[in-house]
Formats: sequence, C-alpha cells, structure tokens
Amino acid sequence: MNAAIWTVRRLLHGAGLIVAVLVLNFILVHLAPGDPADVIAGEMGGASETVMADIRAAYGLDRSVPEQLARYLGHVLTGDLGFSFYFNRPVTALVFDRMGATALLVMSAIVTALVLGTWLGVVAARRPRGLAAQLVAVFSVAGFAAPVFWTGMMFLLAFASYWPIFPVSGMADVGYPRHGLAYALDVAHHLVLPSLTLAMIYMAQYSRQARAGMLAALSADYIRTARAKGLTEPRVVWRHALRNALIPVITIAGLQFGQVLAGAVLVETVYSWPGLGRLAYESILRRDSPTLLGVLLGSAVMVILANLLTDAAYRLADPRLRGTS
Amino acid sequence: MTRSPLARAAGAFLANPAALAGLLIFVLMLAAQGLGPMLYGVDPLDIAAPPLSPPDGDTPFGTDYLGRDILAAVLVGGRATMLVGLTAAVLSVSIGTTIGALAGYIGGRADALLMRITEFFQVLPALLFAMVVVMLFRPSLGTVALSIGVVSWTGTARLARAEFMRLKGLEFIEAARAEGATDARIIFRVILPNGMAPLIVSATLAFGGAMLFEGGLSFLGLGDPNVISWGLMIGQNRSYLLDAWWTVTFPGLALFVTVLSIALIGDGINDALDPRSINH
Repeated sequence: MNAAIWTVRRLLHGAGLIVAVLVLNFILVHLAPGDPADVIAGEMGGASETVMADIRAAYGLDRSVPEQLARYLGHVLTGDLGFSFYFNRPVTALVFDRMGATALLVMSAIVTALVLGTWLGVVAARRPRGLAAQLVAVFSVAGFAAPVFWTGMMFLLAFASYWPIFPVSGMADVGYPRHGLAYALDVAHHLVLPSLTLAMIYMAQYSRQARAGMLAALSADYIRTARAKGLTEPRVVWRHALRNALIPVITIAGLQFGQVLAGAVLVETVYSWPGLGRLAYESILRRDSPTLLGVLLGSAVMVILANLLTDAAYRLADPRLRGTS
Repeated sequence: MTRSPLARAAGAFLANPAALAGLLIFVLMLAAQGLGPMLYGVDPLDIAAPPLSPPDGDTPFGTDYLGRDILAAVLVGGRATMLVGLTAAVLSVSIGTTIGALAGYIGGRADALLMRITEFFQVLPALLFAMVVVMLFRPSLGTVALSIGVVSWTGTARLARAEFMRLKGLEFIEAARAEGATDARIIFRVILPNGMAPLIVSATLAFGGAMLFEGGLSFLGLGDPNVISWGLMIGQNRSYLLDAWWTVTFPGLALFVTVLSIALIGDGINDALDPRSINH
C-alpha cells in the first residue's frame, strides 16, 4: 500500500476514535443525575421554574437527544469545548496550555524508562547471576506494586526534604525569565523527580522484556556469525543483539502511552506539575466537569497521535510492514 | 505415581520461596484487616493525641492532621481497597474474557467489531475516564469498582482472544463439535478450562492493579468519602508530608506490601502453571 493512502486511512481511523470518545462523553453527561440547568441554578443560588426553562432553552437542553448530540459535536469540531467558570477561561485554551507540560513529562519518563530499563535488562541477560539480574528480578515486581503517588512522595521526602537537591513542586522557579538556557535548565531540574517517579513503573517492565529479548537474541545464529567474524563483544551485544531485542520493548512502550498518561495524572498532582493531570485534579476539586471532560478528550487525542507516530515509525524501521496494511 | 495437573501446580507453587512469601504476606495483611482493629482496640476516628504527633509508644504510627491514630486507620483502611479491588478485578476479567472469547471463537466480522471496541477502550486513558465517571455519578464503593472494572479489561480481552484463536483449531475441539456440542458448551466447558492458565495469572494481576487504581482514585479525593481507605489517608495528609512523614508513609507502605504480595503470588502461579516448568 502506498504511503499516502496509508496515512489517510490512519488519520480517518484516528478521527473515528475521537468522535467515539466525544459520543461517550455526551452519553455519560446525559446519564449522570441532575442536568446542567440544575447545576447552573445551584450556582446562582436557586431559580424559579421559568428561569430554569430559560436556561434549558439557552443551552439547548429542551431539544431532542440526537439534536443535542449534533449540537455538541458541532461545538467541539469548531474548537469549542465549553467554558470553565472556575478558571474563567474557555476549556479549549486551558487544555492546550497544559498539553505541553504533560507531553514533556510523559516523553521524558518514557525515554528514561526505555534507556535505563534496556540497560538493566541487557546487563542482566549477560550475567544472569549478577547484581543487575537480581535488581531486575526485584524491580520487575516492586515497580508494578508501588503506588505511583506514594513513590513520588517518598522521593520528595528523600531528595527534596532530607537531601534537598531537587525542588519540591512546580515546573520552574519564579523570577526567571521564561526563555533561554537558564530557564531550560531550571525546568530540567524540576523535571527530574516527576519524570523518574513515572519512569519507575515502566522501567520495571522494560527491563524484564529487554532481558528476555536479549537472552533470545544472544543465542541466535546471527550472533554466532557476528562473533565468528571477530567483532568485539560490546559491538555484538549493543549493536547486533540489542537491535532485535528492542523491537518488543518498543512495541510495548508504544501501546502503553495511554497508561503512562494516566500515571502522569497522579504524578502531576504530587509534584504540582502544571499539566493536564494537575488540571484534572483541580477541576475535580471544583466539580468543574466541562474542564475534566476537556482533559479526557485532550489526552485521548494525545494517545491517538502517539499511536499514529509509533505506527509510522514502524513502517520506516521495518520495510516488511510496508507491503501489508 | 502420577499426580493430577492441579496437585503438580500446587506443589510447584509451594516449592517457590518468593510465591510462598507472597502468600504468607497476603494472609497476614488479610488477618490484620480482619482481626487487627479488635486486637489494637483504638477507634480510627477518635482523637488519640495532638495532631501530627510522631510515632511513639502510644501511637506506633503517629497521628494525622486531626490527631487520629494512624495505625488504627491503616488496620481498617485496606478493607475498602481490597473489596473494591476484588470486585473490579472480577468485573474486568469477566468482561475481558467474554469479549476476547467471542472475538477469538467467532472470528470474522464479530472479531473485527469487538477488537475495535477493545482498541477504543485502550485509547481512552483509563484513570481519567474513571475520574469522569466517578465525578458525574457520585463516589461510592460501587461506582468506583464499576468504573475501574469497565476501563481495565482490554489486556485480558486480548489474552483471551489469543488463547481462543489458538485452541479453537485443535483436534479436541473438532471432536467435541462432532459429538454435537453447542457453541456455548465448547466455549465454556471445552476451551475455557484449557485456556485458564494465562487468564488466572491475568486475574491475579488485575486484582493488584485494581487495588492501586482504587488507591489512586481515593488519593485524588474520588473514593467514597465516608470510608477510610489507604488512598484517602494519603490524599488527606499530603499537605503535611514534609512535616510529618509518617502520615503518608505507613498507609502507602501497607498498599505497596499488599499489592507486592499479590504480584508475587501471580508470578508464582504463572511459573507453576507454565508447562515448561513442570519437569524441573
């Protein structure tokens, strides 16, 4: 299949998923007890029946359900996700503002988990009874079991309170100009603990996967060939075996983007990282459902984009996939 | 003497020190939740000492921001977590197995449709979706368990689908069909018992995962506000973390150790049921 058709098909597929998320949002809001007019009337401190009817008419709540759904989809497609009374801003602007911080956190956590996890896995595969192998064994269970919000707080106690080498919260210190190298370094300094906390969960899985993949690769024929050619051991391990051992690790990493994003909600709450997760937490505290629904939609879009990019990267990396769908 | 596969698996499980340790810890945690409050005898809602008192002889785990005994709360705080975790896991495994089994067994268009639905739930960030559901429908143990179960079945569904696709072409299925067995009988009585091993492991992990999920929701203030739970304790005390480490550390440790024990049990079952490990 040629690349243009493939891209169009994948984009349509992604758009379909987004519409499905929207329909689900709409159904949930409709199934929930109390209609938005009650909420608005409650915020106004009570309203008479005529005022309630006016509110219902103003928000289109007196129309039929399919009509309301069409209206809702129309609004979203024109970039209108509603208005947040708590933040006093349109939800679309709020969500766009926070996406960057979340993307930075999630990407840095995935990269950290991939690099450290792979490294641990490879070392563990080369010396099955060594320290790294033991670490991988302990890690792969502990990383699954530790509640990420609690790990984050333990990191804070250790590395922000007991040894105060990292900041406690936020994304940057106040007072710096918001550009330039100093600002970038400041953000990086704030990023270390949140990103490491989030990476811990996945590092465990990747190290296990990398270890298994590496053990399989090291016993393959092409590795024997590479050794027979007289290549140095590091070259055999890190260039030849690792390339093949990495494929399943990357597959899993690509599929897990949504889960990492969910973990980011908790990590951002612990570290007051100003991303979508923190926004979701704040909107829960204020019962601000348009904002929470906007965050859900925004993060679903991010997951769909990430899956699309992973698929595209595959097609580039593995020529065999280009022939099939 | 030949032993039944179940006895052999149980033997392998009990011969595995990590799995045994997991089982022991889990039983201890269960006992602590069941008998602990009686033995300790302190009401977790009573003011026991000044707020944020550090651990000492009277209050071994210290007190929280209102002066309530943390050990007493830790001893009851796992009940909601375990109950919600178990309910959600049963729900998630039931949904996942049903969808995966149907997709794998029927194949064709039904498979394509069911996998589209699975893919949709995979794209939806589970925690955020559960947050929306709980916020719109008011937090209670029931809504929390339901929302966790509904968002976390996709992994099991893929697993069950793969098992059913693998098994349905085998000879003993053909034999059952030749005997006139109905599809329902083949799915539930013939294929399911044979595909059980990976599903049991997946169910164990689902239990641990659902407990962590419940902890996260309660931490965010989306658990049942009237029920003490480890996550709720951590969420309520988080502003005092840097002044009173004990308020957050102990409830989190309890959750960590409980889920760890379940993970060890899951790993043990996995190794015990793995046919490749039988001859060792």
